[in-house]
Formats: sequence, structure tokens, C-alpha cells
Amino acid sequence: MTKQSVRVGLFVTCLVDLFRPSVGFAAVKLLEAAGCVVEVPAAQTCCGQPAYNSGDRADTAALARNVIAAFEGFDHVVAPSGSCAGMLKHHYPRLFDDDPAMKARAERFADKVHELVSFLVDVMEMPDQGVRWEATATYHDSCSGLRELKVREQPRALLGKVEGLTLTPLPGAETCCGFGGTFAVKYGEVSTDMVSRKCDDVAATGADLLLAGDLGCLMNIAGRFRREGKRVECRHVAEVLAGLRDVPAIGEGG
Amino acid sequence: MTVSSREKILSGIRRGLKRGPLEGSARDAVEARLADLKRNLIPARGQLDRAGQLRLFREMAEMLDATVEIVDGPDAVPAAVDGFLGRHNLPKTLRMAPHETLEALPWAEKAPLLELNRGAARVEDQAGLGMAFAGVAETGTLVFLSGGNSPATVNFLPDNHVAVLRASDIAGAYEEVWTRIRADREPGTLPRTVNLISGPSRTADIEQMLIKGAHGPRRLHIIIVPDDEAA
Amino acid sequence: MQTTSHAFKDNARKAMADVDLRTALKRVETGFTTARRKAADRLPEFEDLRDAGRDIKNHVLENLDFYLERFEERVIAQGGKVHWCSTPREARETILKLCRSVDARTATKGKSMIAEEIALNPFLEANGIEPIETDLGEYIIQLADEPPSHIIGPAVHKTKDQVSDLFLEHHWKYGRTERQTDPQALVNEAREILRQKYVDADVGITGANFLVAETGSTIIVTNEGNGDLTQMLPKMHIVIASLEKIVPTLDDMATIMRVLARSATGQEMSVYTTLSTGTRREGDLDGPEEFHVVLLDNGRSEMVGTELQELLRCIRCGACMNHCPVYHTVGGHAYGWVYPGPIGAALDPHFLGIEEARHLPSASTFCGKCEEVCPMRIPLPRIMRYWREQAFERRVGPPLERAGIRFWAFFARRPALYRLATRLAIRVLRRLAGRRGVLTALPFAGGWTDGRDLPAPEGRTFQELWKSGRRSP
Repeated sequence: MTKQSVRVGLFVTCLVDLFRPSVGFAAVKLLEAAGCVVEVPAAQTCCGQPAYNSGDRADTAALARNVIAAFEGFDHVVAPSGSCAGMLKHHYPRLFDDDPAMKARAERFADKVHELVSFLVDVMEMPDQGVRWEATATYHDSCSGLRELKVREQPRALLGKVEGLTLTPLPGAETCCGFGGTFAVKYGEVSTDMVSRKCDDVAATGADLLLAGDLGCLMNIAGRFRREGKRVECRHVAEVLAGLRDVPAIGEGG
Repeated sequence: MTVSSREKILSGIRRGLKRGPLEGSARDAVEARLADLKRNLIPARGQLDRAGQLRLFREMAEMLDATVEIVDGPDAVPAAVDGFLGRHNLPKTLRMAPHETLEALPWAEKAPLLELNRGAARVEDQAGLGMAFAGVAETGTLVFLSGGNSPATVNFLPDNHVAVLRASDIAGAYEEVWTRIRADREPGTLPRTVNLISGPSRTADIEQMLIKGAHGPRRLHIIIVPDDEAA
Repeated sequence: MQTTSHAFKDNARKAMADVDLRTALKRVETGFTTARRKAADRLPEFEDLRDAGRDIKNHVLENLDFYLERFEERVIAQGGKVHWCSTPREARETILKLCRSVDARTATKGKSMIAEEIALNPFLEANGIEPIETDLGEYIIQLADEPPSHIIGPAVHKTKDQVSDLFLEHHWKYGRTERQTDPQALVNEAREILRQKYVDADVGITGANFLVAETGSTIIVTNEGNGDLTQMLPKMHIVIASLEKIVPTLDDMATIMRVLARSATGQEMSVYTTLSTGTRREGDLDGPEEFHVVLLDNGRSEMVGTELQELLRCIRCGACMNHCPVYHTVGGHAYGWVYPGPIGAALDPHFLGIEEARHLPSASTFCGKCEEVCPMRIPLPRIMRYWREQAFERRVGPPLERAGIRFWAFFARRPALYRLATRLAIRVLRRLAGRRGVLTALPFAGGWTDGRDLPAPEGRTFQELWKSGRRSP
């Protein structure tokens, strides 16, 4: 199998679909640069975490069946989110404990699922894109990507190749930003407290650009920065890797 | 007769495990595990050579704020104890565990001014002297077994705890100490109290500040008597 | 203990407004976590020991009945007695009866979470027996008449100044009329006052970190030495322990011991690890004449063989709360019952019912840090999710939240309809935001917009753009 024939199904994720299509296009650009043929099945909506994390197992399983059916034909399934990829990879099989045939299907599907940046590094060995981005950036490790999928070094390795970009370490980079999906709405005050501390940590690094691999965390952090009136650009790591400088940062309008 | 809580609890567990009382080969397997007393993973740090163990014991004990003194031989112990009391301006009175090894030391000759009180410790005692059954190099831990020659109160009540430890009694890991304890006893029994002591008493309950001498001894002084080649 | 778990949100709000508490929690966040990481890094076998510990506990749980019976046999053979108690009430009454059998007026107590679980102190007090906490942290909160806020640092929420005030107020009667501010002086003062209490007590009550089936021993792990003085001076030693504390052999205990203190406080080993076996022996110069183990079930046997079984591996080290970003934000009291933090979120609903405790498993971002550091590798987020499913199934919680999820899922399960609906919704949001790039208030999302803006959508959905042939932003 040559690299040209690697067929990737892009799982866009609901947040990227709704709020920031640019991240989806950045993902497509990077995947194609890595030699993949990218398709975007129309039958996708969301990975199901809002239902899953609210205890609604039946709806989650129904969503999972849709996603599996739409994506199981691809060589790989890639999502620009550690949280959604973790859901597809680690939680889908568990939804079908009482249905061995479906569970087996879910497991075969799960084997093909990857988070975008780790896929580019670990599977495709993407060649250097020669991107230039002048900024002092810091990187927040989103929880699911970090702990469920072991995404830690891959984004830092790729960002290290971006010309002009200085990556400064974020103290507490592995501490949750307080997003947690529906948590941020149900326990808004606790969540706000958590994200405020994250913003303090980011601001203390002196970086002018915050990067992460999950749009949920980024919207949380960017939203808090805007409320505090602080100007720290927040972007998905794929935007920088793909060099999408013309797109305004998250929550910056334009 | 009503069902006792004992029966209720045991049958509840068995219901959860979907079986009756453990029987046949399943029971044999568990009995065998209990009889084998197999050791689990022991860190490499607990498996050094003799010299390494002695070095590590000392290093770890000192890291825990115990003080360690290696004397020339058993006859040097009374003067070492006397010296410890003197250094800390303590009265020359000692609560001593009536352990045969300690009794055999030349107290009258080497520390004539020292007043020795035998027996269980009392609240007013300021210094206690005990004979450690073993030391564990892995964490600089002392092991004491309670008995007629070793009251546990001596290890806890006095503000100053002095322990005598034979170098040959320093083990690498806790498991070696269990083996030694089991060797002289009926299987499945222990002395009333086995104390593993790692440094002096401390607390961090006020703003996580480390304060020594919470309830147990404020000072722990370990006198090692070299009695094997490695020492 | 009176539970306030149902009021988690109010509790949390109060906690977040408490400046002293925030300082204390910051100390937990930096102090405990740094110490644990260093301790783990110093022991190359740490991760393997966690696996070994987990396997030992799993083996025990598969044979729990056998090991409990063997433990009892060994306790009896060495002069002690085991009292099996199904309920907290039975445990309380058993302890009271034992205390009365020696005409006890005071009982000293070592730190025990099970004593908190069965609310022992108020019960003893109501029955004319004075319980005296001897662990410094427990002593402080006993004076303050507060529950513990952390399972290994019950008074982590208290400041030194508050301790100074408490000591002055309560030690006046001992002739201590000077307000101490130096931490060493405060510790000394408590030490001196408690010293006589140990001697005068008729009964000493301790908890247990382990029960060893091989020898019938109960084990406590402490740093202060209070638990030892508690149990060696009075004539009766009562141990109160829950049944999952059992391990087969001393070797098994050693394995788990190696991860316990390192996970909890980052110490290589706690200062005092004490194995208590039976009563004082013939010729012994000290030690209790009576030894009783009160073995508490309180619903644990029902957890065996269920989704909750893995919780019975817990060794109460506190690592999960030490590392939990929600605990760092709201502290222990917000959880409203004995066990706070992630272990509480997973365990408390079993004791309190999901109606009372529904917030606890819900108030987690599933960041997974607790599972990452749990020495026994308990899948805490998975168990919290189990409780969320229970709550959803039983229709516990606000109907609107539930309806919202069902409403959303109705669309999410129908891709064509979903695309249509989201195309419209996104246009509306975009229009509301105007050129500001953010939305500052939204109906039904006040939880979000009260504290932060919502970044506005770029304008059209990815699906819409992709279908129209767009391949770049």
C-alpha cells in the first residue's frame, strides 16, 4: 500500500463543524500533505459525549452505531480532537458489552481511530511543511488526548519545526482547564474558577499565543480571556501547523 | 434464631461472587497461596549487597531526620547513649527495655552516672532505650517486637528514643524481616505489637508545615553495633 | 455525619469565596502533588508495584469471604475478638457496649475514616463517653466541631491563625492562657495536653490501614505516633475497620505499603507502621488486655461482583483528591459527606443514594488525573459515569437537563436533520455575535456565559462548506 492510497475519514467533530470550520480545513490540508486521501462522510454529527457524559447510554449507543457505520470502511479515522478520538477509540466498544457482534465491530473500528497530530507524527511521518509563524506560543495538554491517547510529544515535535515560533512551557499544562463538556454549563461557577486559573497560568508565561488540540478547551480558555479583556490569541494547533494565519483567532471576530 | 451479621456479610459476598463457600481446588489454591508466603516484587533498592544495605540504611534514616552513630563495638554503647543525653542536655536517666543484649552491656563501668529504669515507659520519662529487632535499608526503618524484654511504650512515650541495632540485623527489604520473625514462631502468630519506625514523630497538620515531635519522640538516635564484616 | 451533598453547588460557591480555604487548597495542589511525583520518580519499580498492589486486591476480593474468616480465626487464636457489623448502627452499638463493659468514661481515638462514616463521636458523647481525637488534624477539627475536609489531612482547610484561636479557646481550662502562634509551640501544646489523656483513657480506638489474614493483625500507618499511644496505654484496644482492608500476607501488605505513603504524602514510608495482633501476652510489660476488631460492612458486600467492586481496592491514600482540579477549587467540605474528591464522587452515592449524592459524580470534567495517580488503579471516572447513568435512568436531577440532552440527541441521531438545524442555529448565533467575535449571554447557557464569553461561530458549518466544494477556509 503506497501512502497515496491511504484513505482517511475525517471525523470533523461537532464543535469544529459548528464553530470553527477552519480547523477542519487545516486538518484536511495537513492530512493531504502527509499523503492521505481525505473524505468527509456526511452522515456524521457528534461523537456522543454530551449524551454519554450525561448518563444517556441509549442515545450514545445509537450515535455510535451511526459513526461506526459511516467510518468503518476507511483505512483510518482521524479527528482534530483528543477528546472525540478518545471517545471513538476507548469508549465506543464499551457501549456494546451486551452485543458481542457489535462490540467486535466497534473494536475493529476503534483500531483505526487517531487523534490528528499524533496520526501525522506516529503513523504518517508527515514531511516538514516549511511553515513560518512568528509568535511566542505555549501549549496546553487537553486531558483526553493526553491521558487516553498519550498525545504529548507529537504536537511539540511538529511545533518545534515551525519557523519563527518559540514554544515556552506552560506550568500546569496537564491540569484540566475546566471545560468538561456539559460540566462547563452545569457547574459553570466551578468551571469558571478552573479556567480563570488556567488563564492566569497562560498569561504568566508571557506567551501571546495559546495552542491546544481540542476546540472545547480552546473555546473555554479563549472565552475567559475575552471576558477578562486579555489579549492572548487562542488557536488549534492544526491551524498553526497548516499556516492558516489569515483566520482570526478564536473569539477574535473579524 | 436470627441470621447473624457475620452470616449476612459472608453470604452477601458469596452472592456477589456467584458461588458458595470456597471449596475444592479453588480453596486449595488460596490455601496454597497463603501457605507459600511468596514474596512479590521487591525493589532493586532493597536487594543491595551487605555493605550497600548498611550504607543505604544510614542514608535513608538520616534523610528522615534520625541520627545515626556507628560505634566500635557493644562495649561502646553505654558511652554513646551517655553522650547522646549529654549533647541534648538531658538528665542522666534512662528508661531501658530489659532486653538481654542491653542488660549485658557494661553500663556501670562505662556510664557510671547513668540511672537506668527498667520496664514499661511512663509519661515523665525523657529518654528511652530499646533494642531493635531489625533495620530495613530500603527506607531506613527500625523494627521492634514487643515482649517482656521490649515494651512498646519505650518507643513512643519518651521524647527521646535511642535504639541499638546490630549491623547484622539490617535487612534489605521488609520481606526479609517477616521471614526472620516467622522463623521463631508458631505459624500465623505475631507478638502483640510489631513497630516499624522510620524517623522521629512528625506532623504536617498545621498548614502542611513539617513539625517534629507530634506525639511520639522528637528525636530518634540509632546506635549501630558493627558485628559483621560489611560494617 | 449529616450530609449536605445535595447542596454541592451552594457548598462550592461558599468554598470558592473563602480566601483562607483557597490558600490551603493551593498548598494541597502544589505540596502533595510535587511530593508524590518525586517519591514515584525515586522508585523505578513504582508503576510495577501499583500493578502488583492492584492484583493483590483483586485476588482478595475474589476470595474475600475466605480471607475474612481466616483473619477472624487468627485474631481469636491470639486473644482477640472480631465483631461483624452490617450497619453503622450495629457498629456504634457494639463499640458502646465494649466501652461500657470496662466502665469507660473517656476513649482516645486514632484517625479513622470509618469512625467518621458511622458518626461514632456524637454517638459516644450522647451516651456519656467522651471521645478524644489524638491525631493533630482530627483534634483540631474536633475542637472546631467540623467534619474532616480531606481523608489524610482532615484539617488541611484550617489556617495556623484559626488553630491558634481554637487552642486558646479550648485550652484555657488547662491553664493555657497565652495565644501561641509558632507552629512548633502549637504542636507542643497539643502534645502536652493529650499526653495525660492517653494515660487516663479507658479505651483506645484506632482505625486500620490493613488487616492481615495470615496473622490476624490490624495495621495503622501514621506519622505522629498518636495511634500507638492510643492503643498501647488503655486496657482495651478497639479497632474499627471496613472489611475490604484485608490482605492475605505480610508480604502482600509490604507491597501495598510501598505505594501507600508515596501516593499519599510523597514520603518513602510513613513514620510509624504498627502491626497489632491480639492482646498483651504473658510476660509483656505493656499493651492492652482486650483487643476487639469491629468489622464494618455498611453495604460493601453488596458491591462485590458489581460495577462498584473496584472501589473496594481503595487504600484511602488521598492521591485522587490531592490531584483533582475540582477538589482544588471547592475543597473537601463541598462534597458534603465523609469521603470527598474523586473517591467520594464514586463512593458516596452508594452510601447516600444517588438522589442525595447526584452532584458528586456529575461535578467532574473526566480529566482522568485521579485514575492516573490512583495507586490501586481504580477507574474512578468510569464509576462516576456509572452513577450518571443510574441517575439518568432513574430520572434523578433537573428534568430540563434531561430533556435538553434528549432533544439534542434527537437531532444528532439524524444527520440530515441535524445539518439543517445546525446551519440555521449557527447563522443565528453568528448574527447575535455581530462583529465582536463572541457572545456574552445566551439563554440556557448561563452557566457558561456568566463567567466567560462564548466564541462566535465562524459563520457556516464545515459540512455546509465542504458540500459546497470549499477545501480551504
